[in-house]
Amino acid sequence: MAQITLQNLAHSYLPNPGKDADFALKQMDHVWQDGGAYALLGSSGCGKTTLLNIISGLLRPSQGRVLFGDRDVTDAPTAARNIAQVFQFPVVYDTMTVRDNLAFPLRNRGMDPTYIAARVQQIAQMIGMEDTLSRKAQGLTADAKQKISLGRGMVREDVNAILFDEPLTVIDPHMKWELRTQLKKLHRDFGHTMIYVTHDQTEALTFADKVVVMYDGRVVQMGTPEELFETPAHTFVGYFIGSPGMNLLEAKIDGSRAHLQGQSVALGASYAPLAGCTQIGIRPEYATLTRGDGLPVRIKRVEDVGRHRLIRAEVLGQPLSIVAPEGQEIGADLTHVAFAPDRINVYADDWRVQGGTA
Amino acid sequence: MIKTQNNKAWFLVLPVLVLVAFSAVLPLMTVVNYAVNDTFGNNQFFWVGLEWFEEMVTSSRLHDALGRQILFSAIILAIEVPLGIYIALNMPKSGFWASFCLVLMSLPLLIPFNVVGTIWQIFGRVDIGLLGHTLAALGFDYNYTNDPFDAWMTVIVMDVWHWTSLVALLAYAGLQSIPQAYYQAARIDQASRWAVFRYIELPKMKGVLLIAILLRFMDSFMIYTEPFVVTGGGPGNSTTFLSIDLVKMAIGQFDLGPAAAFSLMYFLVILLVSWVFFTVMTNLDRQESK
Repeated sequence: MAQITLQNLAHSYLPNPGKDADFALKQMDHVWQDGGAYALLGSSGCGKTTLLNIISGLLRPSQGRVLFGDRDVTDAPTAARNIAQVFQFPVVYDTMTVRDNLAFPLRNRGMDPTYIAARVQQIAQMIGMEDTLSRKAQGLTADAKQKISLGRGMVREDVNAILFDEPLTVIDPHMKWELRTQLKKLHRDFGHTMIYVTHDQTEALTFADKVVVMYDGRVVQMGTPEELFETPAHTFVGYFIGSPGMNLLEAKIDGSRAHLQGQSVALGASYAPLAGCTQIGIRPEYATLTRGDGLPVRIKRVEDVGRHRLIRAEVLGQPLSIVAPEGQEIGADLTHVAFAPDRINVYADDWRVQGGTA
Repeated sequence: MIKTQNNKAWFLVLPVLVLVAFSAVLPLMTVVNYAVNDTFGNNQFFWVGLEWFEEMVTSSRLHDALGRQILFSAIILAIEVPLGIYIALNMPKSGFWASFCLVLMSLPLLIPFNVVGTIWQIFGRVDIGLLGHTLAALGFDYNYTNDPFDAWMTVIVMDVWHWTSLVALLAYAGLQSIPQAYYQAARIDQASRWAVFRYIELPKMKGVLLIAILLRFMDSFMIYTEPFVVTGGGPGNSTTFLSIDLVKMAIGQFDLGPAAAFSLMYFLVILLVSWVFFTVMTNLDRQESK
């Protein structure tokens, strides 16, 4: 087990990448702490799988180094990295039994047969397949095959890291929950570094201690679920995390106030003059309908989503979502919206700007 | 679900039945006719029952030809299948060279059988053939017209040259259909090259290899043109395979009765072997998925 460091890493699938857009993975420096449970979150095509494949050595990065602890493994083949990876779609060895499938990675390392038998039994129990151990893997359901793939990923105790590439896509919802819990438990018991790729934020937030959000080939933020929610470092994080995502309103920032088309909003902090496109971001949870304070708002639709109600509105020509607590009367007299000043984030060209004391 | 029963649908099959009847069943029936009758021409037939069959079953000439035939099929399968797989494994997977290899590999398959025979007939000649002359110049006593062993070698090498491509192309198609994730998983699991072949490539190629073996078996078991052009079945009878023997008997000697009985049994043997082969393989498949 080791800390995984990515130094100056970048990757392009083109032979001679030139401009920024040629890179599937933009230059980055990143450290995965030993024993951390990370979720790698991002929309499809943002480079998550590329990053995983670079860590596991299936792909050689166009530039930069990959370090396991102090060891430079950039040029080391996958087999020499002792790493486990589970893919999005099940990969099983058809002609082998379930037992042989699970034992395969251990046998390839020439481990002791009695240890292998015991370990396979343990893993089979974990994935709930003890009864099917002697069956051929061929002909099993996609569900079961993916459980075997997961089992093969977890069977080695001494791996440097386990990488999961959207492993639960083909699993049915109930089993998903169960397997995620098992993965969590596995992490607690063995303390492997785990990197879990997904585009499902619930999955990411329940699995991981630290969530890494990627956007357009870049890591835009790494933090606890709370940090991602409260202080998204990039507008994409604000939009991607939370349901619905953060409201973004174009505004001119002037010290500790934001100006929106002649209206003004108090900010929780003071900002130096900002260049570029500036926006304020406010979570729907921190916007409140009022009878007169704040900005004038026009309510367009109210959706009851169970625990609370979601109000789709328009403020100064820009769309805005508001979460209204259960029980609040939504009458015609609620004509304005107020924002909690210290919950407002300020963005310049999509990146969050840290404010000073107001 | 309620299914409508309408037996009129059988009429749709009728055209095919008629076509097959005229193209296959009726000609076959004339063979059956010859097999159970004797004739001295003039369209006069004398019923002989199973006499020709009895004669053929006990004929040592046929036994010898059958023995040679089985040996030939076994040898070329034993060479072409592993060699084809080996070539497929080493062919480039994409890019210009992949297309180049595909074209190169399909060339022998496009050459008509009698041309293949002629090519090797000349190629192997000691006086003007590149192969024969070179071997002779190197001091080998090579002569496919005199030496049964040389004749066999020539016929086998010719068949390997002609048909290994088929196995290779089928195996290549099988290999190309394996998703990259399998190879990646194998690298993660630290599988050896042999394990990758044994547990990923071979199982995934099984379907196409089955077809390849079946095709090669049937084709080699019926082989006629190429050895006929090269050796004419000689020296002596050493390369007289079943088809060559059959043609000699039917057209050379005009023994139509025995030849008809022979060809019916020949047909049944191929049918039987193919059926057994197919059943065994599909059963294996079914057992595996249990």
